[in-house]
This record gives sequence, C-alpha cells and structure tokens, in this order.
Amino acid sequence: MGNDIILFGLAGVIASGAPIVIAVIGETLTERAGVINLSLNGVILLSAMIGFWVAVETDSLFFGFLAGMVVGALVATIVAFSSITLKQSQVAVGFILAITCRDLAYFLGNPIMGSQGPIMLSTSIPFLKDIPILGRLLFQQSLMTYISIIMIGVAWFWIFKTRPGLMLQGIGEKPAAAYVRGANVQKMRYFYTIVGGALVGLAGPLYTLSVKPGWKGTITGLDGIGWIVLAITIFGGWNPIRAAFGAYLFAFLQWLGLVLQPYMTSIPSQVLQVAPFPLMILALLFVNMGNTEWMERLIASLPDKVRLRAVKILRSMQSRQPGALGTPFERQ
Amino acid sequence: MSSPFLKIKREKMNVEFKNINKHFGPVHANVDINLSIKSGSIFGILGENGAGKSTLMKVLSGFIQPDSGEILLDDKVVTIDSPADAINYGIGMLHQDPLDFPPMRLIENFIVGQKGGLVPSYKSTMKDFEELQKKFGFSLDPEAYVDTLTVGERQQLEILRLLWMGANALILDEPTTGISSLQKEKLFAALKILAEQGKTIIFVSHKLEDVEALCSRVAILRKGILVGEVPAPFDSDELVEMMFGKVITLGERNNLSQEKVVLELKDLYVEQYPLRIENVNFQLRAGEVIGLAGMEGSGQDILLRACVGLIRPISGKVIVKEKDLSHKNYLEYMENGVSFLPASRLEEGLVPGLTLAEHFTIAGDEKKGLFIDKDYFKEKAEKMIDEYHIIGRPDLNVESLSGGNQQRAALSLLKNSLSIILLEHPTRGLDIESAIYMWGKLKERCQQGTSIFFISGDLEEILQYSDRILVFFSGHVSPPMDASTTTLDQLGQLIGGKGWKQVFDTKEKL
Repeated sequence: MGNDIILFGLAGVIASGAPIVIAVIGETLTERAGVINLSLNGVILLSAMIGFWVAVETDSLFFGFLAGMVVGALVATIVAFSSITLKQSQVAVGFILAITCRDLAYFLGNPIMGSQGPIMLSTSIPFLKDIPILGRLLFQQSLMTYISIIMIGVAWFWIFKTRPGLMLQGIGEKPAAAYVRGANVQKMRYFYTIVGGALVGLAGPLYTLSVKPGWKGTITGLDGIGWIVLAITIFGGWNPIRAAFGAYLFAFLQWLGLVLQPYMTSIPSQVLQVAPFPLMILALLFVNMGNTEWMERLIASLPDKVRLRAVKILRSMQSRQPGALGTPFERQ
Repeated sequence: MSSPFLKIKREKMNVEFKNINKHFGPVHANVDINLSIKSGSIFGILGENGAGKSTLMKVLSGFIQPDSGEILLDDKVVTIDSPADAINYGIGMLHQDPLDFPPMRLIENFIVGQKGGLVPSYKSTMKDFEELQKKFGFSLDPEAYVDTLTVGERQQLEILRLLWMGANALILDEPTTGISSLQKEKLFAALKILAEQGKTIIFVSHKLEDVEALCSRVAILRKGILVGEVPAPFDSDELVEMMFGKVITLGERNNLSQEKVVLELKDLYVEQYPLRIENVNFQLRAGEVIGLAGMEGSGQDILLRACVGLIRPISGKVIVKEKDLSHKNYLEYMENGVSFLPASRLEEGLVPGLTLAEHFTIAGDEKKGLFIDKDYFKEKAEKMIDEYHIIGRPDLNVESLSGGNQQRAALSLLKNSLSIILLEHPTRGLDIESAIYMWGKLKERCQQGTSIFFISGDLEEILQYSDRILVFFSGHVSPPMDASTTTLDQLGQLIGGKGWKQVFDTKEKL
C-alpha cells in the first residue's frame, strides 16, 4: 500500500466517523443531564430512512438533514415525557423505542428502497487543503464532516467551560444540589434530551446522504451503530473529546477490516466485519483500567512521587458516570 | 461579578415566622410556630429527631411551602417558592448532607449557580475564594476535587459559597454531625465572626453541648410545637426536660470484660490509598468495648473493615476465636460470630424497598426453606419492634422509618449469639434518648459476652462507653488506653496528632 492510499483511507475514517461523532455528542449531552436515551439505534435507522426520503422528494440535502433531526427530536421528546414527567423507567421506554423505530424504518422505507438521492460532495477549503498530509486528511471533506469536528470542541467547551455547562453537569450529578442553585431541573432535562436526540437524528441522514449513500432496507448496514454509540458514550467518560477518539477508533477498525479482507482470505469476511465491535469494547476497557481494585493496589505500592503522578494520570483517564444518571428528580 | 459580601455591605436581616403550620399526611410537623430571630446573633433550634426543626428550616429556605402562616424578613411578608428564591432574599441553608457536586473541582462547584456571563472567570473567582476563605482561616485548595474533602471541609466550602452568593441569614442543619472536633472549633469560630458582622445564624441541632457553646438564644421544639425560648446561659437539665418532656440520665460504664480473647490482630498491615496502617497488634477480650477515636479518615474505618474481611490485609493476621481468618471474606467472619453495622444504614446496612418483616426473613437463620412463612416473620418483627422500641410496623418499608428507628432496626436484625459486633458511628444523627437506648441494648449484649469495636467522632461517647480506646492519627494507631484514666482533653490532643510521644513510649509507632 502506498502512502497516498493510507492517507486516503484515513481521510475516509474521519468522514465515516462523522455520524458516530455527532451521535455520541448528542447522547453525551443527554446523559450529562441525567437522562439515558436508549432509543438511538432505532432513531439512527429511522432518521436515515426519512432523511433520505425527504432529500429525494425535495432534492435538498438541507431538508433531508433537517427531517432527520426532527425525527430524533420527536423520539427524544417521547423519552423525555415518559421518563421526566411520568417518571417511568428510561431503560424500558428507550429499549422499546429502539426496536420500534428500527422496524418502522424497514417497513415504511420499502417504497424508496434503492432510489437515487442527492449525495453530499466534499468541499475543499482553499489554502488549508494544500497543507501536506493534514490538508488531505482534514480539509478536503464534506461540510458535515467539518461540522462534526467543530462540534467536538464546541460540546467540550460548553460542558466544561461555560456556566450553563457546569449547571448541566450538576443536573446530572446531583439534581437536588442543582435545584438549590436555581436550576429548573425538569426543563433543562427536557432541553438536553431533545437537543441530544436531534443530534442523534442528524447522524442517520449523514449516512444515507453522504457516508453510505442510499436507502437499501436491512442491508443498509446501519443496525448496531446506535448501540456502539451508546458504548462509546459510556467509555468516553461523558467527555466529547474522549468520545470522539472512541468514534474515530471504531471507524478506523471498520476501515481496517475492509482493507485487510483481501490479505486475509483464510478469515471469513463476517469476522472482519464484526471484529470492530468487540475490539472497541476491549480498547475502551483498557482505557478505564484505572477504576479497578488491582490497579489501585499496584499504584499503592509505588514510591510516593511516582504514585501521585500515576494517580493523576489515571484520574484523568477514569470515567465516572453522572451520579443521577437514569434517576428521576423529585423536588421533595 | 464579585458578590455583595465582599463589598463589606453589612446588611442585617431579621427573620420572623408567623403562625407557620405544616402537615405531612397525618403528621402535624409544625404547629402554629411563632418565632422571631434578630440579626447579628446565633440562634439555636433544639429538638430531638422528628421534632419539626428541619421542616421549619425547609420552609424558610424555600424547599417546602407551609400550609398556612407567613415569613417576614425585616417586617415585610415574603413568599419563598424555591431555594433559589431564598438565596435571592439572602437566605442560605447548609444541608446536613452537603448539596455539592463530588466529582467537580472546588472552584467549579463554587461557580455553579452563580449568575453571570457565558464563560465564568476562574481567575477572579479564585481571587474571591481565597480572600473569603482567609477571613475564616480555612485552607481549602480550590483546585482539589470535592470528593477528596472530608465532610467538615465540604461544609466550609458550602458556607463560603452561600456567603459569596450573598446570604445574610445562614441556616445550618445539624452541622456538627460527622465532623471532627477540630473542624467543629473552626466552624464555630467562623459562625461567631459572621454573627459579629451582623448576619443571622440559625443553628439547628439536637446536641446540647454544641448549642450551649455557641448560641445566644435557643428555641426548643417538641413534636412540632414550640415549647419555649431560653436565653444564654443555659441550664442543661432544663433544656433536656424541654426537649423530651422528662429527665434523662446517662448510662453507666461498667467493665464487663473477661479474660478470654475473641479477636487478635497480629502484625496487621492494611492499606487503602492513601493511608497505610502498619504493625497493629491487639487483643480484644470477650465482653469488652473498644472505642476507635480519631479524625475522620485517620484509618479507623480501614482497620475496622479489615477486622471483618471487607478489606484484605497485605500482611499480618486476623484471628477470631483462635481461627485464622486473615484472607477470608465477610461471610466467613459472619459464620464465626462477627457482625458489622456500617455507618451508612440505608446503603450498606438495610435494604431499601423491603419491609421490616422481610428484613427478618433474609437476616435470620431460622426457616430457611424456599417459601416464606409470612406469619412467622410478621410475628417475629412485631416482637422485635416491641423489644427494641422501633416506631413502625412489620409491613413498613425501612426507608420510611426515621434515622433513629432505622438504627434500632439494624441492631435488632443482628443475631443473638454474636461474639463480636463492629459498629461505625452507632449513634450518628440520633438524639440523646435514642443514643442512650442504643447503648443500653449494646451493653445487654456485652453482658452475654459479646465484644464491641466501635468508631465514633464523638469523643464523649467514646469516653463514656469504652473500656479501652485506640487512637488513630493519619494511619498511626496508639496502643490501647484505659478509658477510665483518659480525659477528654487528652483525647482531643491525641486525635489532633499532639502529645503522642509523651503518652506512649513505644517509639516505633511514630
């Protein structure tokens, strides 16, 4: 393989990672507020189909993406209403929605199976695109890929550096304490659930209009992405930057599977297609090793100076879930 | 963005309650309360658990709304709909469990809820923070994470935050529960400074000694009714009588220890980051009560948990009744008659969602068949409710019991023929009457030869009930001291790390 091909492939990884990045950021925002939206596997499929359909009908990419976001926001509203207002189990509701939306997507999507739709082309950024390596990697992408990259920074900045972001952390961590500090916990949870849902809904059409163009029913190959997004959100420690790394790692593993296929004929192709999923889990487990008891023991036996440093590094790697994740808030 | 507090605006605020009534279902938690609190003073609100103190304070801090009645601030009627409202009026409440965010850094926790631009300025907040904490002699590291602080430090943080938000009236709900005596001194000093500045301090407690040491005036609540108000100086007996409606005497210490050794620690070495405890050699005799004293996080909880297999020792031995259980788990210890009552009753001790009767079903040794003999356990629960004076019914879920009753329930669940009971803060959060009762029950067990190993932050409790005392200071353990010859002062010095060399000749310890 020449360098060009590798570079080309890696640029593809950035592009095919974009929908995962956006969905992961959406789910991260939702979970940071203390709500688990488990429906996202179904939402990605349903918004992929509807977004594609709308784009075909209107011949507009914009309306396609918008339709996907609306689908995501609507499903998220159901999750929010049942879990925040009715205080029902978020897991049960989300899970049923995940299955329902998936089946709806396959069923309702029959008429447009195999249709030709608009495809988002890449727009190179003048000057920046000529930077060696980086230009090829980052600046000859599609508009949505740029947006996904910018979103990583924006989401990170919002959660960790702004005042509303701190409050968001508080709402998911200890809603009673956030309430005492003047937050309208229920309203903010609605807000972040719906915004997060809309972002997840954006990921769907990003597949059918750009990364994997067209709607091909069950062989579109998007089933399962939502679950991986959920895993990346968790192992990404509810941090957009770490989660983005997870998303790109997954896209990279998928690409690797494709590239290696011709060289490894003895391995069934299904194995290579599925391998990214367990590999992903392993990689993320490795990152979170600092949480384990034996690791603590190992660290305790180190000399003081080394230990303090090690603890600091591990602490920054550790992920800790929002304290009130999945639990409804009651004022009294 | 700096707070009104820093502009040395000495605002005063008088707080007045007028005919406050609050019902919770059939319980009349506040009955027609009339109370007037002047600014610039430390006002105590005293009463046993469930007397209605917290309810009254939650009404003032906007957490709950009264059924009837008014709150007046500086003679003006106000409606306080939420805690955020309350802080806008200048009322801040320090809750018993600090309402802060454990995974955040101090400075972030400090900023959350403060109004201002999109991106808060850490630099100026940091300056405010340092300036503010200097006034009270606190030394908190703003970059540290909240979950690395002790309860006392989290209180300090919260007090600073409330002041920074502009609180003129500060409510403290049982602030001395779970903090060390040194932190208590710091807290009291800070409260005195604030009162001198003209702030209104409302100090809610069931601890007589704290109220006596701090307050200039005390209101006593009993069963939701304001029994009376007393100015300083106080007469303890009078206060107790007002609180309980009767006179209570403390139990006697009686040495019941026998010669038989039930627990032996040999060269024990345990560690839980960042503490290590080395070279512990100790023998616990049957019927003996041992108190573990020390500031929170000095290692006493680690040692206690190592004695029941919840933390495995790195080296050394734990021998229970001549059996080496060093690397066994809790189940093995239980089979050998060792039982552990943790501090967090609802998290580790009882099972929320299960009724009292169901607790007896899963805890006991009897009727271990597949199906539950409901009548049997209902009867047993009733018997225990009677014996342990638990206010509750067999079919009530444990979380609906009050703290004191939960503790009694946890105690009643312990098997009868235990050789060792280990307790963490057995009377934390309990009023005097419940605490005395608790110890009465424990002493009964000592008479039957059970030994007790307990941790307490309350030095008087340790002196009162232990036969021997182990003092902890940042992982160092003292040799056992005879409780009858130890003074409160001595103990206070030792847990602060002073005077170890004079008291103990054992040089390898320090």
